[in-house]
Amino acid sequence: MDATASQLTQTHEHDEQFQTPPGDLAIWFFILAELLAFAVFFSAYAFARANDVALFNEMQQEVDRNLGALNTVFLITASWCVARAVHAVTRLGQNRIASHWLLGGIFCGAGFLVVKMFEYSAKFGAGISLSTNTFWMFYLSLTFFHFMHVILGMVILCVLWVQTRKGGYGPKNANGLESGAAYWHMVDLVWIVLFPLVYVMR
Amino acid sequence: MMTTRRLDLTLAALLAATLATWGIGEAGAAGVLAMIAMLALTFFKGRLIALEFMGLRPVKLFWRAMLIGWLVLVLGLIALAYWIGLPA
Repeated sequence: MDATASQLTQTHEHDEQFQTPPGDLAIWFFILAELLAFAVFFSAYAFARANDVALFNEMQQEVDRNLGALNTVFLITASWCVARAVHAVTRLGQNRIASHWLLGGIFCGAGFLVVKMFEYSAKFGAGISLSTNTFWMFYLSLTFFHFMHVILGMVILCVLWVQTRKGGYGPKNANGLESGAAYWHMVDLVWIVLFPLVYVMR
Repeated sequence: MMTTRRLDLTLAALLAATLATWGIGEAGAAGVLAMIAMLALTFFKGRLIALEFMGLRPVKLFWRAMLIGWLVLVLGLIALAYWIGLPA
């Protein structure tokens, strides 16, 4: 390819605009519905906090911010791995490489779950429960709601991993992979808001 | 166009922003300025995930607006609640 042709290709790729997001359109409606549910939960937390700032600030001292930050790193890194997996299939047509990236994502996701279970066991061990006070009711229900989404995301990543191992996707046939990836990024996006809201805001 | 370099830079920016958010928490920073910084960092991170990782950058404005709009709505409500909770 000569310089002009290469330039033309690049220009075309930059100008490329898509009508719909990557993956199945249905997954995006599902993602929007999930985001709405989390928006309600986040707002409820924020306004409950506004009613009792002293309690929330005091109880926040008990949560482990280091573990929260570590889990943010796990989810962001997992999202990056999944994005690289999508790139490997859609741009390079390499299922094998994509399966390695997905495995990296699965490990990071597992890291998140292990850290979260460690946090939960410490809290339950200290006698904290949903009925302790408003802060802990929100902390436990909000983070557990998200925790369940991570578990579903892990199941999806495992399915995608098996599919890539079988060579199931290609540049023209990546709908399933892109849809699963979009779900995983949604789980990451939600945590990106949850972490500062619950662990940092005071 | 999605390139590996772009994805890697996105990861680096997200990790740096996470470190900054954690730093705000570790410093025990409170008050309007600290919260503006925290919410701005969160917006920056969320926008990167939507545009780069979710791959919405080259997609029709409607879809980008839905995701960025969600971020603005949620962070706006959090800011409003924070402001209401400030001591009079």
